[in-house]
Amino acid sequence: YYYNSILPPSCTGHRGRTPRRKWQVFPGRNRFYCDGRVMMARQTGVFYLTLVLILLTSGLFFAFDCPYLASNLSPAIPAVGAVLFVFVMGMLFRASFSDPGVLPRATPDEAADLERQIDSTGCSKPPPRTREVLINGQTVKLKYCFTCKIFRPPRASHCSLCDNCVERFDHHCPWVGNCVGRRNYRFFYLFILSLSFLTIFIFAFVITHVVLRSNRTGFLTTLKDSPVVVCFFSVWSIVGLSGFHTYLISSNQTTNEDIKGTWSKKEGKDNYNPYSYGNVLTNCCAALCGPLPPSLIDRRGLIQADTPQTAHQSNGTGGGSYCDQDQCLQSTKFVLQAAATPLLHSDPVVLPPLPAKPASLGGPCAYLAPAQPTLPSCAGDVLTLRDTAVDSHCHHHLHLHHLHHHQHFASPEETPCGTPQGALPCPAHMHLQHPAPPVRYDPVTQDSLHEDSVRGLVKLSSV
Amino acid sequence: MAETHSLQDLQQPAVSSKVFVQRDYSSGTICKFQTKFPSELESRMDKQQFEETMQTLNNLYAEAEKLGGKSYLEGCLACLTAYTIFLCMETHYEKVLKKIAKYIKDQNEKIYAPRGLLLTDPIERGLRVVEITIFEDRNIGSGR
Repeated sequence: YYYNSILPPSCTGHRGRTPRRKWQVFPGRNRFYCDGRVMMARQTGVFYLTLVLILLTSGLFFAFDCPYLASNLSPAIPAVGAVLFVFVMGMLFRASFSDPGVLPRATPDEAADLERQIDSTGCSKPPPRTREVLINGQTVKLKYCFTCKIFRPPRASHCSLCDNCVERFDHHCPWVGNCVGRRNYRFFYLFILSLSFLTIFIFAFVITHVVLRSNRTGFLTTLKDSPVVVCFFSVWSIVGLSGFHTYLISSNQTTNEDIKGTWSKKEGKDNYNPYSYGNVLTNCCAALCGPLPPSLIDRRGLIQADTPQTAHQSNGTGGGSYCDQDQCLQSTKFVLQAAATPLLHSDPVVLPPLPAKPASLGGPCAYLAPAQPTLPSCAGDVLTLRDTAVDSHCHHHLHLHHLHHHQHFASPEETPCGTPQGALPCPAHMHLQHPAPPVRYDPVTQDSLHEDSVRGLVKLSSV
Repeated sequence: MAETHSLQDLQQPAVSSKVFVQRDYSSGTICKFQTKFPSELESRMDKQQFEETMQTLNNLYAEAEKLGGKSYLEGCLACLTAYTIFLCMETHYEKVLKKIAKYIKDQNEKIYAPRGLLLTDPIERGLRVVEITIFEDRNIGSGR
């Protein structure tokens, strides 16, 4: 194999003999567990906090309050509590561990084809990196994603934390440790809804227990043993959040759209939500009981030798003939390029970063074993500040140079993957500090709900 | 290098170019592809046949995403069983995707391969595009 012979012998232990799975070369900033079955965001600290809070509160309830309530009131109480608890955990795991609806990045051929199309339009309205579509009478702008090299479908958005475009992007939820998008929105909603019921249930019965008990022993002693305080704050915040999402579902909007006021009434423009089905019931049914689309990223699939990779391989020569084995051609280019620039070989079967790479590769990129598939995609971002200005999610790629139709591979100075951690004020940390949006909710009025969540989630989206 | 390449060439026709049929979002976010006949295929096949293929594909995807009694029932049942039912059963969408894969294979065998074209199942491209590979028109040495 010509291709294998030019590989530095130290790269993979098995020369690609053990088939790798696609999740291992996934270009986004996600973490995978259980051999690709579980998919989460990079920062999962807050998720563990959520788990601990729920387990602790429920544990205390079952341990201290249930024995009394079961014997004095009814054994149905712990039974119902248990069912609710199991449902909450189930929905939490489903929301956290599933693919939110990540759009796979464009293959090199697709990217080149799009680039060609964009260039050929030249200076025109609308600007070349946006497309306008008429949906149900509303003009919707489709933006070009520089990282994923695709025109984003309507309602999709690029999550800067996970570095993926997600379909029907709602928001990135640190509590759940994942993005909330098309595929896991219903799990997220059912999670917060059932959690509201669980917290109200626990709260109510703990109070009952305390009241009943305090007839015999002191009020304060009983209170001490109960998870009342945690419950009290959770009730308002979780119930508030459920209320907010119920509103979103019934109007078929995403949190993203609601914050940006995409479909709010504007002066002089007939602005309405083109995706809404018109009535609340259909919207709710569609969101919760509609068909569940499959994951588009095939994380557990095996990497085939001739699978097109999403790395930024240039394809300037559209009419060039390829080998059936793409690596053959790539390796040829590799050899040619090797003299000129330090480069990345973006073959997914292979290679830790070349030793020439500086420590900036640490951080998110280093996490992925074959780190370079991420790098080319970052490196492939086109810098056109004027275009990216509107897309706050891509702003951490600002400093890249325009790589266009050249067989460029990122030189070490241009790798941005290390920089987001440094350049931005640690987006992950912003999340950890950020409280659950509706902490100060008055669940009675949707407006304050709305306002608080806007405030809270503006922080999220400003990342 | 040329020698290595020609070894490959004898086994399979070389790829001349690829055409990408993009998504049509005019009906919203449902999966639908443009039916406009790409100019690169003009020399290879019939406009009608192409449009028919695309239309059938669009109909199949519409069936997959259809909201109706059956899908609601499936959704409710799944919710009640805490989604564990999908460990044994395929979702409706997955069933239709299998149908689509079969249809594409069929079309490739009957219509596209004889004309030196190959349709790639859009699911392998994240439902973004229908990729049509155009192979070089070789009368000699294709070695099939």
